[in-house]
Amino acid sequence: MEKIEAKDVNFYYGDFQALKHISMSIPQNKVVAFIGPSGCGKSTFLRLFNRMNDLVPGARLDGEILIDSRNIYAPGIQVDELRKEVGMVFQRPNPFPKSIFENVAYGLKVNGVRDKEFIAHRVEEALKGAALWNEVKDKLNASAFALSGGQQQRLCIARAMAVSPSVLLMDEPASALDPISTAKIEELICEMRDQVTIVIVTHNMQQASRVSDKTAFFYMGEMVEYDDTKVIFTNPHKEATQNYITGRFG
Amino acid sequence: MKRILEKAVKWLLTASGFVTSVVILLIIGFLFTEGAGLFREPVVEEGYVLVLNKENPVSAMTAAEIKAVFDEDVVNWKDLGGPDMAIETFRLEDVDEYFSAEELGPQYENAGGAIAGLVESRPGMVAFVPGSMIPEDAGVKLAEDRNISPGEVFGGREWFPTATPAPLFGILPLLAGTVWVSLFAIIFALPFGISIAVYMSEVASEKVRGFLKPVIELLNGIPSVVYGFFGLIVIVPMLQQVFGLPVGESGLAGSIVLAIMALPTIVTVAEDAMRNCPRTLREASLALGATKWQTIYKVVIPSSMSGIASGVVLGIGRAVGETMAVLMVTGNAAVIPSSILEPLRTIPATIAAELGEAPAGGAHYQSLFLLGVILFFITFLINMCVEYISARNRAKNS
Repeated sequence: MEKIEAKDVNFYYGDFQALKHISMSIPQNKVVAFIGPSGCGKSTFLRLFNRMNDLVPGARLDGEILIDSRNIYAPGIQVDELRKEVGMVFQRPNPFPKSIFENVAYGLKVNGVRDKEFIAHRVEEALKGAALWNEVKDKLNASAFALSGGQQQRLCIARAMAVSPSVLLMDEPASALDPISTAKIEELICEMRDQVTIVIVTHNMQQASRVSDKTAFFYMGEMVEYDDTKVIFTNPHKEATQNYITGRFG
Repeated sequence: MKRILEKAVKWLLTASGFVTSVVILLIIGFLFTEGAGLFREPVVEEGYVLVLNKENPVSAMTAAEIKAVFDEDVVNWKDLGGPDMAIETFRLEDVDEYFSAEELGPQYENAGGAIAGLVESRPGMVAFVPGSMIPEDAGVKLAEDRNISPGEVFGGREWFPTATPAPLFGILPLLAGTVWVSLFAIIFALPFGISIAVYMSEVASEKVRGFLKPVIELLNGIPSVVYGFFGLIVIVPMLQQVFGLPVGESGLAGSIVLAIMALPTIVTVAEDAMRNCPRTLREASLALGATKWQTIYKVVIPSSMSGIASGVVLGIGRAVGETMAVLMVTGNAAVIPSSILEPLRTIPATIAAELGEAPAGGAHYQSLFLLGVILFFITFLINMCVEYISARNRAKNS
């Protein structure tokens, strides 16, 4: 079943066309990786799925993006409702200057959840889901800044997962982390695929091959190739893909 | 050659820093020594004495008591711990009422003896005369020579530095005036300042912001006397009409003018703090389904709280030290205000208004320096607050 569908997407920052005629579909409860050199548009494309690019002045979109067969750019779509469905984890850990508990509870609270017991329950579940519970259960009221970078990133994953999204967007989630923390994040991605559809942007091709079911290769604002990860990394159809994954450019 | 030049520059920089620090320390030292000099001044005017009858058990009076006696607010010695006896006061001007010109002598050379005799014969009399006039062997006693005490100054409820025979230097009315005006100024400025800051950093388009920001910063450059003039011409008559006051010059007028003056500081600092709130934090909040306003009041404002607080404290600092505008619109009555609609007087306004008429080196002059010291401590405290808040901010963001 298709979770996300992009139909002939063109995206512009002012006069600059950042994405050119991209059409793809992302199946439910799979992990899809976007790879490509810096500036190829993969992060821009990712940020279209939760309309994060709305914040950029002068940005413009042509084409359609459907999530659960609904055009998320149609008039009348509540952006905050959409973003509750489509969570996001950013490149650098960005916890709020609040306690660990408040960080995870934030999404629930802004979405109008008042029931304290339910919030506490969801916070615990989310922290367990992010494999962070055992490390922080005794200091839930400590500042989130007291955690290490890797722990902060897992906290951000827990924060995103606490509102039970059906899609999780990850924008190079491990690029600022050490190898051990990276391994933990990758492990999490593999565990979470039962609950959510994950789209991950990464510079690290080994990471893409380890965690994803499908991989899309972007180059100069175009999607060059999109196929099963195994195919992309063993037998790509396009020469550009071949060159990129073997490290001949990029 | 290059090395020598670099050394010279280094020494020059060191020297300039050193000289500046020394000058500042000297100014502070000067302020403190002059201010502390007040407590070495006698209670009664320098060179004068209070002459009392020998049988009068009262031998020392505070400045407030002396003033009350000579203003005839206190008319019986029993109020001052003496016997039940009416008080008669004698000033040098009264000398013609008691003695003829012959008795005093052509050069008033007999006046001292005559006054001493008068006080000797009247048990309830107290005379305020120059000390040199009273003969050594006269059968009278002089009131104890006391210095102005810190208690009278810091606890005194009356500021009357030109009163004779004993000036009053109670700073409470001035302190109260300063606190009232600053407090109300902040109460007025805070909601406006924060709202404008939020509007400018979060709501306004770049175009509007590009227009508003320079305008608000321009407000900082207007001389305070212009604000005072504006207050005098616009706010004072307006308040007089709105509240039906006998005079419009009041603490309220001062606080409104000060609030306008403190606004740019609060807005600029708070707005900078909010704009410096990391974009990643906003995105994190929005990505969780928070609306723009939820993001502003749940993430942006809390995370820039210390910046906002230092803006507010800096605004208070400006309000506390402001002189001219306040002097022009507050009415300058040195009484402890019972409502903000009454005239009052602040510490800086007092210094500015009175320094010109205070004889150098006298008690009045030194009392103004003491006010300067107090003001210095207040602003010092405020600066410490700013320092503390921003230090905490730095620690939090690292």
